[in-house]
Amino acid sequence: MTTTIKSGNEQSIGVRLSEIAINIFLVIWAVIVIFPMAWLLYSSLKTDQEIFFSPWVLPSSPQWDNFVRAWQDAHIGEYFMNSFIVVLPSLALILIISAMTAYVLARFPFPGNRFIFYLFLAGMLFPVFMALIPLFFLVKDLHLLNTYQGLILVYVAFSLPFSVFFLTGFFKSLPSELHEAAIIDGANQYQVFFRIMLPLAQAGLVSIGIFNFLGMWNQYLLPVVLMTDAKRYLLTQGLAFMLHQQYYKNDWSGLFAAVALIMIPTLIVYVIFQGQIQKGITVGALKG
Amino acid sequence: MYRNKYRLIIPFLIPSLLIYFTFVIYPYASAMYISLTRWRGLSQPPQFIGLANFQKMLQDEHFWNALGNNAVYLVVLPTFTILLALFFAFLLTQGVPLSKFYRISYFFPQLMSVVAIGVLWSFVYHPTIGILNSLLEAVGIAEPPIWLGDPNTVLGAVSGVAIWQAVGFYMVLFIAAMEAVPMSIYEAAMIDGANRWKLFTKITIPMIWDTLTTALIFIMIFATNMFAITQTMTQGGPSRSSEVLSTFLYDEAFLGSKFGYGTAIAVTLFFIVLVISLVVQRVMRRDSLEY
Repeated sequence: MTTTIKSGNEQSIGVRLSEIAINIFLVIWAVIVIFPMAWLLYSSLKTDQEIFFSPWVLPSSPQWDNFVRAWQDAHIGEYFMNSFIVVLPSLALILIISAMTAYVLARFPFPGNRFIFYLFLAGMLFPVFMALIPLFFLVKDLHLLNTYQGLILVYVAFSLPFSVFFLTGFFKSLPSELHEAAIIDGANQYQVFFRIMLPLAQAGLVSIGIFNFLGMWNQYLLPVVLMTDAKRYLLTQGLAFMLHQQYYKNDWSGLFAAVALIMIPTLIVYVIFQGQIQKGITVGALKG
Repeated sequence: MYRNKYRLIIPFLIPSLLIYFTFVIYPYASAMYISLTRWRGLSQPPQFIGLANFQKMLQDEHFWNALGNNAVYLVVLPTFTILLALFFAFLLTQGVPLSKFYRISYFFPQLMSVVAIGVLWSFVYHPTIGILNSLLEAVGIAEPPIWLGDPNTVLGAVSGVAIWQAVGFYMVLFIAAMEAVPMSIYEAAMIDGANRWKLFTKITIPMIWDTLTTALIFIMIFATNMFAITQTMTQGGPSRSSEVLSTFLYDEAFLGSKFGYGTAIAVTLFFIVLVISLVVQRVMRRDSLEY
C-alpha cells in the first residue's frame, strides 16, 4: 500500500533532480545496511590469510571447513541447541498462560479484574536492570541457577506484562456471539476457550508469538546473569564468548562462520515471513 | 450464563500470577530495599545503611562518567535514528521504485541479535581486517582512527551501529502511521499547490505526532540501556570511555560483589527512565488532531 503523490505532466528539471537525489539516498542506505552482512557472509568462506590481507575480495575457493570448526570446535551447535531448549518451551508456555489470563481479564467481570490488569501493565514500566540483582539471588536460592527450567520461568515471567496487555485488547475485540451460541449448545467454559476463542485469536497469538520469539532468541542480559555455566551458554552468550576469546585464539575465519551460522536462519525465515514479522515486531509500539 | 465462572477464572489466573509475583514483582519490590543496604555477598545478610549508597554514587566519578556516556547516546541516537527513519518512511510512501525492497532490507538488522550485530561491526571497525578503514585508506585518509580502541571515537562508533540497527524499525513504524493518514487531506493540500516539503511538515508530521512521541520514548529508553552492544563491542573500554550505567552496575554487582551499590544504581536508572518518559510526554503534548 503506497500512496502516490505525483502529479503527472508537470515534471520540471528541479523535480527530476530531486527524484534522482532521493533514489541515490535510498541506494546508499541500502548499501550501508546490506554490504556489511554480505561481506561477512562471503568472508566466512575465506581463509585467515585472505581475511587479513585482502579483506574485499571474494574467497578464491570456499572454505566450508570454517563452518565445521564453528559448529563443532567452537560449540555453536551446542549453543543453538541450548537456545532452542530454553526458547521453545518458554514460547509455548507464555502463549498459553498469557492467553488464559488475557481471556479471563477481557471477558469475565469480577472484583479485582482491573487491579490485576494494571498490575501486569505496571511491569512494562520498570527496566529489567532494576530487578536483576534480587532476581539473581532468588533464582539461586530456588536452586535454579544454571538450569534450563530457571531461565524458562524467568523468560515467561518477563514476557507476561506485554503479552497479557496485548492479548487482553485482542480478546476484547472478538465478537461474543459465538461464545454465547456455544454455551447455549452445551459447551462448557473450557471447551469454549480451547475450541472457539483460541482459534479465533490466532492472528493475535501469531503477532505476540513472533514478538516474544525474537525477544527471547536475542536475549542476552538474562542468560549472562542466570546461565554462567559455559556448557549451557545460549547462542548470544556463546557468540560474545567466542569474540572475546579471539584475543587468545586466532581463528577469525571460524568466528566469521559462526556469525554467518547465526545470521542465515534469521535471514531465511525473514525473507519468507517478512510481512508478518514486521507486524509482529512493531506490535510493541502500536499499542491500542 | 456464567454459572460457576470462578471455576474457570481461578485456574486460568493462577499460573501467570504465581510466576509473575515470584519472578517479577518480588525482585522489583526487594530492589527498593536492597538499594538501601550494604550487601557484599552470599554469606552475610544485607545490612541497612539508609541512603548511603546513593550518596556514594553521587561522589563516584565512574558513575558520572557512565551517566555522561548515556547522555551522549540520549542525544545522538534519537536525533539520527528518528530523522533518518522519518525521511525514509516519507520517501517510501511516495511510490518510489523498489520501495518494497528497501523496506524489507532496511528492517532486517532489527531481527538480528544485538550480539551478532556487535560482532559483525567489530569486524567492520577492526584496524587490520576491517573494511571501513581500508575503504578510508582507499579514498586517501592515511591514518584512519582505531574506532573502538580510541576514547575519542568509541562512542560515535557504537552509536553508528545502534542507529544502523534501529532505523529500519522506526521507519516501519512511521510507514504504518503515515499510511493511516487519509489521502483526501494530501489531495486537498496539493490542489492548494503545496510541494513535497510542505506536505511533509504541514500534514505528515502533525498527523503522526502520537507515533512520533512513542518512538521518541522507545529510542530514549533504548539509549539508557545499551548493555548488550557495549558488552559485545567494547566491554566499556578503552579505560571506561564507553562505559554506560547498565554495564557499570553489572560490573559493580557481579564482578565487584557490591550488590547493594549495584542495586542503588539500578534504581537510579529506573528513575531516569521514568523522568525521561514523563518529560517527553510533557514536551510533545499538544491538542491531538482529529480526522
